[in-house]
Amino acid sequence: MAGPKFKTGLRLMSGNEAVAEGALYAGCRFFAGYPITPSTEIAEVLAMRLPQVGGFFLQMEDEIASMAAVLGASLAGAKAMTATSGPGFSLKQENIGYGCIAEIPCVIVDVQRGGPSTGMPTKPMQSDIMQARWGTHGDHPIIALYPDSVEEAFWETIRAFNLAERFRTPVILLSDEVVGHMRERMFLPKPGTVSIYNRRKPRREPDKYMPYEGGAQDVPTMAAFGTGYRFHVTGLFHDRTGFPTNDPAIIESELRRLHRKVDRGYNEIMKWEEFFLDDAEEVIVAYGCTARSARAAVKRLRLRDRKVGMFRLKTIWPFPDRAIRQIARRAHTKLLLVAEMNTGQVLGEVERAVAGKCAVEGLQRLDTEMITPRQLMRALREG
Amino acid sequence: MNETGYGIFAARMLPKDEPFVQGHRACQGCIPALMLRQITKAIGRDLIVCSATGCMEIISSPYPFNAWGVPWIHVAFENAAAVASGVEEGIEVLRRKGRFYTGRKPAVLALGGDGGTMDIGLQALSGALERGTDFVYVCYDNEAYMNTGIQRSSGTPMGASTSTSPAGRVSTGQVTWKKNLAEIGVAHNIPYVATACPSYPFDLMAKVKKAVEVKGPALLHVFAPCPTGWRCDANSGIKLGRLAVESGLFPLFEVVDGQHKISLDPATMRKSSQDPIGEIAGYLFQQGRFRHLKGRDELIQAIQERVRLEWQKLKAKTER
Repeated sequence: MAGPKFKTGLRLMSGNEAVAEGALYAGCRFFAGYPITPSTEIAEVLAMRLPQVGGFFLQMEDEIASMAAVLGASLAGAKAMTATSGPGFSLKQENIGYGCIAEIPCVIVDVQRGGPSTGMPTKPMQSDIMQARWGTHGDHPIIALYPDSVEEAFWETIRAFNLAERFRTPVILLSDEVVGHMRERMFLPKPGTVSIYNRRKPRREPDKYMPYEGGAQDVPTMAAFGTGYRFHVTGLFHDRTGFPTNDPAIIESELRRLHRKVDRGYNEIMKWEEFFLDDAEEVIVAYGCTARSARAAVKRLRLRDRKVGMFRLKTIWPFPDRAIRQIARRAHTKLLLVAEMNTGQVLGEVERAVAGKCAVEGLQRLDTEMITPRQLMRALREG
Repeated sequence: MNETGYGIFAARMLPKDEPFVQGHRACQGCIPALMLRQITKAIGRDLIVCSATGCMEIISSPYPFNAWGVPWIHVAFENAAAVASGVEEGIEVLRRKGRFYTGRKPAVLALGGDGGTMDIGLQALSGALERGTDFVYVCYDNEAYMNTGIQRSSGTPMGASTSTSPAGRVSTGQVTWKKNLAEIGVAHNIPYVATACPSYPFDLMAKVKKAVEVKGPALLHVFAPCPTGWRCDANSGIKLGRLAVESGLFPLFEVVDGQHKISLDPATMRKSSQDPIGEIAGYLFQQGRFRHLKGRDELIQAIQERVRLEWQKLKAKTER
């Protein structure tokens, strides 16, 4: 990837800027978006940067159109991304579902703010966790990642593109107003040193190409539009040729494959951070900006010889239930405290994963202010 | 025709009542906020306002303050016209039942910026115009998404630098022409469409009054300079509005039942014999968003030609 101008070395950046730079590193050359606080900086940076690296920036007339344009660009062969926040994410959902069933790789960034509806555009909340999972209708697999720092926002953006290309599916990169707007020092690597995955292209002759034949890994190969392959794309249930079908047996087997391709990638997709977990009796489960407070709380309590640790989710969907169950089963684990800025969207998932193996409690905050380390420490003392 | 030509509004006759009060959080020199003051003065308190997301929504309603002396609803970005449809029909139902609003029917005003009208809200607007909803839609056009930090919209003029159409070595800023909102309204065959500018307050207020009195949908496209987003002095908004109108960049006209009528002909406003249409350099270079156009004469010429062409097209329509 020599040639294009990439920023390298130590930089002071905001999380949103890091997402934009990460996208460029991952090979994103198309962005379609619409202004919405607090994600607008991603569009602004890419409006400037994409033309510099030979990419294309489009500001669309609304959120629905920007998601649709991203799907089109991806089918045409480009790595494509859009960025939004809660209300825009809601508008995009139908098209995201289309991306799931038509297996179109793309990245959707959701910089979460207070909600529902307009809520609070300039303050954080973590209440789109379930929207990321079930926002679009129909039973579908989804991959969602959630960084907690500026540096990680950069790397998780690259990972989001790699996973999208690897599994031929939309990937949602969750962020929040705190991660998006805070500035931190970060190191930008030299281009070429980052491993990038590109979608597998068909090797067969064009007349034998099956755009939805899963193959050994359940992930079909993908031809770009206009490269000589007949490629029929539809949101209807379709068979491996891509043409619509109403055969119940094919519908079920195709939907099963759709889920299987992500299920089988569990180890590839799953990433989490274990912080002081080796002997922890009380474990804070956190993600995004809340994990920053959790890390501080754990450090302070460790100074007081409290056996506290943190389990931080980096992959939110599919849910890391096996990893959490394993921690719950450890003999020294007594309590999992799920801290989040919503009414317990991850708490329920943790309870399901733990299945009574240890106590699970929730610490929730809905006032658009961050959960503080002090609040977490108090919760652990009382718990 | 002079500004007071409609004979309805003159400075001494303006109502003292302020349904849109001071103390809101608009930037210094905000013309859209001035427009709201003029509009609400013209209509009075028999008014329900449905506001789309945008500057005027944010600045007028931050808790615990509210600048509105009339019922006001903000729903989302894309649906001001649809919400107004619901409000208007709801009033109709209550009137029919004799339950409420039995006297004078309140005016229903939908309010959107250029992005909320020409981009994301166009579908809802078109639907309301097509259904014949009895309301007034006001688009305050400050030519970009100012609320989120100056991103381009389809109302942004050719050559303007915004944060998503940044001017630089390669780009000259916005590369598309401004959407012609008034003609979109005319194409719906609605009874009243007009353009206005708060630099001409009596003209604007007379048009608002007409729009309210007309039965059926009315569309007002208001040119509203934004010193913050246009990168110009806070005291230059009114002047820029005048320059835009006088150069033909934003002609003031109204379309009653499909009949075009020019409200202000720039040629009659100047003593010199020179044709004022297309003299845009004075307008452009008072604004930072056009600063990079200095020396790019071919683009300025293209804009001038476009202005003249559009003016001729408009003239031709009035002569039909």
